[in-house]
Formats: sequence, C-alpha cells, structure tokens
Amino acid sequence: MENIILEMRSITKTFPGVKALDSVNLKVRAGEIHALVGENGAGKSTLMKVLSGVYPHGSYQGDILFNDETVAFSGITDSEEKGIIIIHQELALVPLLSIAENLFLGNENVEGGVINWPKTYSRTQTLLAKVGLKESPSTLVGQLGVGKQQLVEIAKALAKDVKLLILDEPTSALQENDSAKLLDLLLEFKAQGISSILITHKLNEISRVADSITVIRDGASVSTLDCHAQNISEEDIIRDMVGRDMADRYPQRNNPAREGHLGKTMMEVSGWNVWHPDAIDRQMIHNIEFNVHAGEVVGIAGLMGSGRTELAMSLFGKSYGKNIQGEVRLRGEIADLSTVPKAIKSGLAYVTEDRKELGLILEETIQTNTTLANLNRVSSHGVIDENIERQVSEDYRKALNIRTPSVFQKVMNLSGGNQQKVVLSKWLYSQPDVLILDEPTRGIDVGAKFEIYNIINQLADDGKGVVMISSEMPELLGMCDRIYVMNEGRFVGELDKANASQEKIMSMIVKA
Amino acid sequence: MATTKETSTVVQAAPSVTSYLKSHMRDYGMLIALVVIMGMFQFLTDGTLMRPVNLTNLFLQNSYIIIMAIGMLLVIVAGHIDLSVGSVAGFIGALAAVMSVNYDLPTILVVPVCLVVGLIIGGLQGYWIAYWKIPAFIVTLAGMLVFRGLTLALLEGQSVGPFPKSFQLLSTGFIPDVFGVGRPNVTALVLGILAASAILFLAARTRSRALKYGIQDEPFSFFIVKNVLVAAAIIYLSYLLSTYRGLPNVLMSMAVLIAIYTFLTNSTTIGRRIYALGGNEKAAKLSGINTERLTFLTFANMGMLAALAGLIFAARLNTATPKAGFGFELDVIAAVFIGGASMSGGVGKVIGAVIGAFIMGVMNNGMSILGIGIDWQQVIKGLVLLAAVIFDVYNKQKAR
Repeated sequence: MENIILEMRSITKTFPGVKALDSVNLKVRAGEIHALVGENGAGKSTLMKVLSGVYPHGSYQGDILFNDETVAFSGITDSEEKGIIIIHQELALVPLLSIAENLFLGNENVEGGVINWPKTYSRTQTLLAKVGLKESPSTLVGQLGVGKQQLVEIAKALAKDVKLLILDEPTSALQENDSAKLLDLLLEFKAQGISSILITHKLNEISRVADSITVIRDGASVSTLDCHAQNISEEDIIRDMVGRDMADRYPQRNNPAREGHLGKTMMEVSGWNVWHPDAIDRQMIHNIEFNVHAGEVVGIAGLMGSGRTELAMSLFGKSYGKNIQGEVRLRGEIADLSTVPKAIKSGLAYVTEDRKELGLILEETIQTNTTLANLNRVSSHGVIDENIERQVSEDYRKALNIRTPSVFQKVMNLSGGNQQKVVLSKWLYSQPDVLILDEPTRGIDVGAKFEIYNIINQLADDGKGVVMISSEMPELLGMCDRIYVMNEGRFVGELDKANASQEKIMSMIVKA
Repeated sequence: MATTKETSTVVQAAPSVTSYLKSHMRDYGMLIALVVIMGMFQFLTDGTLMRPVNLTNLFLQNSYIIIMAIGMLLVIVAGHIDLSVGSVAGFIGALAAVMSVNYDLPTILVVPVCLVVGLIIGGLQGYWIAYWKIPAFIVTLAGMLVFRGLTLALLEGQSVGPFPKSFQLLSTGFIPDVFGVGRPNVTALVLGILAASAILFLAARTRSRALKYGIQDEPFSFFIVKNVLVAAAIIYLSYLLSTYRGLPNVLMSMAVLIAIYTFLTNSTTIGRRIYALGGNEKAAKLSGINTERLTFLTFANMGMLAALAGLIFAARLNTATPKAGFGFELDVIAAVFIGGASMSGGVGKVIGAVIGAFIMGVMNNGMSILGIGIDWQQVIKGLVLLAAVIFDVYNKQKAR
C-alpha cells in the first residue's frame, strides 16, 4: 500500500548532440525524504529542471504524474502552483531586500495592488518560527550567513504552500552544525507530511535522513534503494554511483614521510597576523605559526568562517586583509609574498576554494587556463608560442586525466571535477614548491575526488609541500600527515596522523 | 536491484560545410552580413557604392571610426567602456590646429606631440579606473564633458584652419605610384596582390600546423572557398582603388594597425592577459596578472588611438571645429558590439570590430547616396545594432 506523490516515467531529454537523460524513472512516496545521488554531470539537475518546468512540457519525452494526475508544466510558475518548489544550490535571494520582502517576492500580500505590510510581517514571523530562524523580518538578507539564508529560502518555499520540496545540494556551503539543523528541519517537515527530494554528495546525510535513494549515472536511473527494507552501506551507494567498486576512498601512499622521515622544511610561517580589510580594528588571523615539509600533506581543519581561507589568501600575495604582519620562510629563506606575482615566483601556489569565481576564466579554453599563471614560460619577448602551449596543456590533460575531446574546449563546458583538474594544471605549471589547496574536492563527485587525491599524493611524493584546507574531516583524516585545527582565526591544536580523529578535532574546536 | 545502462552521450557530427558554418555562425555571421549589406546597397544605388571614387571616400570617411574601434575593442574586452573618445579626438584635432595654424609648428612635431597628449589623457582616465576602481562609465563620462569643454576653450568657439599641406596628407594623401603609370595605379594593385598572398600564406601555414596537431575541424572546401574569396575581394578592391587615385595613406595606416592589434590580441602575453582580465578579473589577479596595470595600459592605448583618429579627422576636414568628434563614441561602441564583443568583457576580436565599423560605414554611405534623411538613418542604425546583438545572443544560447 504505497502512496506515491510523484512519479516520473521514462524521462528522456536530449540536447543537441547529447542525450542528457535516457528514460529515467523516479518515484517519490508521500511524506518521505528521497535522496537523489549521482556523480556530477549524471543528470540530477537536468531531471529536476524537467520536473520543475524549467524545461517545459514537450521538450522532453516521458510522463510526470503528480498526485496521480499527469501534469504538463510550461514553466516554474505552473509547478509552484502545484506545490513543487525547488531550492537551487545558488540561492535566489535579493541581498539588499529584507527577509520579509524576500519571502513574498513575486507572491506579495496585496490588497488592490498595495502591499499589506503588517500582514506580511506577521506571516513572516510565523514562517521564520517554523524553520527555527530567530531574526527580525526586516533584517536584510545580505547580512545573514549562508546557513541562515538557506533557512530563508526554505521559509520562502513554505510561504507558497509546498507539497514537494526539492533541495539541490543544500548543505554544500554550510558548516556542520548548520547542516545538521537543516536536516532536522527536513525530518520535521516529513512529520508534517511534506515530501522532499534531497540532491546531495554527502553520504552521511543520506544515511541520516533519507527513506529511499535513487542513484543516477550517465543520464540513466541505475537503482532505487529503500533505506528501511534494506541495510544499505555507503559503499553500496558509491558503487552504484561510479559503477565500480571503491575499496578505499583515500588512496594509500608509500612515502617515508608517513613514517616520520620528513624532508626539509619547505615553508615556515611565524607570527602571522591579519586584520579585516574593511573593519580595520577587527583582527581576523591571530599569531599563526605553522610549517610544511617536503613530501608532506598538512591539513587545516576548522569550521566555515574560522579564517582558513583568509589565512591562505593573506599568505598568497596579500590577496586578503590589511595590516598584515609576520614572516614566511620558503626553503629556509625569508620570502617576499607581498604581491601575487612575487608569491608565485617564490614558489607558492594557491588553488582557490571557489573555482568558478576565482579560479577559472570560464569563457576561455583549457589551454588558455592552463598556462595563465605562467605565461612567460610559453612565450619569448611577450609573444606566445602556441605550439608549446598546446603541448603543455595536452600533457597536463593526459597526466591529470581531464576528460574532454580537446584542450580547445571551453572550461565552462566541463564538469566540476574536470574543471578542478584544470585549476590544478594551472598551478602545477607554475612550478610551485608549496601548494595551498583550499577545498580541493568541493562539489565534485566521488570518482573525481579519488583522482584528485591521487594527484595530491603524487605532488607530495615529488617532494612538494602540500597544505590542504577542507571542511570534510574524513577527507583530512584520510589524506593528511598532520592536521592543524583552526578556530576563530587561531590555530588551537595540532594532531599527527596517528592521533587524529574527528572527535578530537571537534573537541579542540569546541573547547578552544 | 541495480541495473546498468550504456548510453552514448556524444553524437559525432560529420564535418560538412553547412554544419560547420552553423556551429561557427558567430564567427562568420557579421562578415556575411557585411557582404549582404554591401550587395544590397550596390543594387539599390545602381552601382554607385562600389565606384572607385565612392570606395575611396568610404575608407576616408570611416578610417577614424575604425581606428578608435580597435582601441575600444581592447577596452571592452577588458570589461570597461570609454565614452570620452569622441571628445578626446575633437580636442586633439583642435590642439593640432592651434599648434600648426596659430603657432606654425611643423607637422613632424605636431603629430607626435598630439599622440603623446592622447596617451597621457587616456592614461589619466585609466589611472582612476585601474587604481581607484572608479567605474569607467563615470570617469570617461566626466572625460567626455571635460574635453568637449576644453575643445571649445582651445578654439575659442571658432573653427581653425586650413592645415598646411603636409598635415593634410595624413588623411587625403595617396601612396604614389612608384611604377610611374599613374592610372591604373600599379603600386596599389601590387600591394593588394601582396596583401592577398600574405593572407593566403598565413592561412595555409596556420591550417597545416593545426592539421599536424589534429585539431582542425574546418572542412577543406570551406577553407579554400573562404580564403580565395577573401583574397579575391582584396585584389578586386585594390584594383578598383587603383583606377582612381590609388591607395589612400589612411588605408595603409589602418591596415598596419589592424595587423598589429590582431597580432597583439592573438599572440602576445599582453593580449592574452587582457582577455583573462575581462573574462574573470579575480581569477586573473590570483593567477599573478597585474590587472591594474593592464587596465591602465588599455585606456592609455585608447587615448592614443583616439588622438590619431582626431588628427586624421581634422586633416580630412582641413579644419578643426568645436563640433568635431561629437557623437563618435557611440558609432565606435556600436561598431565593437556589432562586431561580436561581449558587454561583460572577455570576448571579441579586432577583425570583428573592424567589420562592425564597416557595416556602420557602408550603411551611412549607402543611405546617404539613396538620399535617406539623417532622421531615418539614425533609426535604421539603431535597429541594426540591436539586431546584431540579438543575433549574437541567440547564437550563444543555441551553442549551449
């Protein structure tokens, strides 16, 4: 006796030259949390766009049944009218409007064309209470953190009488406790009879809240798993996602550094202090000291907002902050890192956290992006030798296994994992001694993550120093020889591989 | 429970001429549009458009727009805009007039001084934009007003002229016929054939290199037809010009500038970095590119080209008037966008901007011959600009 709220039957969607979805089936029961997983580019977002009417009826084949009736949406307004609300990964809020204004944007409480503000504010308060957000309705959305903005998005969905809530990687930008809150909220909605579809890469979230799972791979639904009927392990899901067994999620490295035979010190930072660029009296980084040896992977753990990115960017050519004090030694010598070109020249590379915003020229080709940080090496007297350039980018494409027909492909057409490999190519070609990797595997799928890990290990084996910043603790534990724990701009602890555990890191953060 | 399914995701298209043309519509669309527009006016004006006299005039009339469009392309690719170019061109024309007419300074001195002044003006504006992060729209809007005013002040509201003969040669001079035939001007013909051969040679070399690396998707027949047409067009044009007075000096300097800036944008690190800067400024900066200095240089370069355009315009009119350069910036910006540059920066080609300028120029010229009033000319030009950008956006969306 199943009560199906949504059924998508053999959905096929083709773009010119590419079959994005190939008879995909999806069945969501009323009042359940349904996880939709798959590698990047597997077709999850396309499927959700078909469902929400972004791709209107007629542009795909197959049927959508919602509450047992066939529906044909010609746009988002149609699907929202039925109570299907999608919350995208990139939040669709207007930062300079208040919470109340955002909640009812396009859905205002009007009487004869005039907005009824008292009603708007009181409804806002009710909705905010439902999602557990303690903010005044008149607070500007731009002043909220990402976690709270996410809650505003959900409240906005509730304002529209939602029956099926679709969340596209809602926790990818959230730190651990905000994620937990959000998942709790989903469970609460479930108790109230609201169904959700949760798109996520984080398997621990699935095992926590999901009632069933649909795995999509290469544009086809591979399997549907019932979390209550079967005992499902994370490895089962991963196997379905990537189509192969993944015995170990973190590759092993045979390196003497692992056994305590460290190479010479590559980078040594001491007395590093940084102040906020706008609020000059606010100190963001407090007296940080750390070092990295050749052949070593050093992790920096900490919650979002603990100052990890700020630390990395302030080191890399003073790209962040004001009034920076402190000393950096590279290979034992004091290094001048005052501008990005000088930092690169000194042998430092920084792989940014946000590859689309800060890492890549999306309109340009793989080739152009690969050589960007070291153009002088492929040119003489300011004239680029395109043959050498092509050779270089071709070499990196092969070495890093970037999946693309040619290096003339525009970077924006690549999947997240391949884009990240292009960013890595760029920084490898700058010939660094020390690489700072800021969230190197964010938003990329399991298979590509494994490849990135292999690349990182290879770098360490080649004698480079690697600093790895990550929000995913298992990743740090699996990859790093040593882990520094950061909280509120300070290093609050240091753990070596043998002694590190998630509990220890967490307790250092909490007790600091 | 798990079922696997094989899907072929990429459908390989056979490299046929039509499908190639379809996928490269953005590259060739405007060139085709130019040819169509020329053909149309040639027909409507009963052949007047392509008459040697008119053709020569066409080049003379549009040279300053084209020269500024080259500089504007770099500015727009870098993600900015320059509204002051018309005023700067007018101001430099006035400066040149005051120097050579009122003070009798020799042309050989006037021209370099004017170019340097243009460079400094551009640099000054670029300084505020690059290092103080003041939006280019504001800075150059201010510049537009300032130099419009300074032009008036410098000329004291009067027209100043005529220029000495040597100065007029900047615009109205022709390359003399070294073969001494006169008409047809053999030099013009020879230079045209040389230019066409050079283009053919370069195209063949690029193609053979590309083939060697296995990255050529252009069908061979298309390659042949395209290049033969281009070469034939150049030779035909130089033949037409040779039957009148030969190659105008302006055409030569324009051709040289186009060649230099095409090379600069395609093959040099500076060019590459400007595209990167416009494509994603933050990423460019974090890749060690000195984005401030590049922006500064781009505007300084624009100032210099605006100065050159101002000199040529003044030489052509043989007088500097307070109204010179009025509204040029709009034609220049329109030419660049018609030529396929992107408003958000990072996209655009020198040759595209040149084609865009020619489209505007041919339309101006053709409509004037047809006796269409200035009122309707404006309307039509506006609609063409809008249509060109819509066409570009449409192609972009289709490519997704």
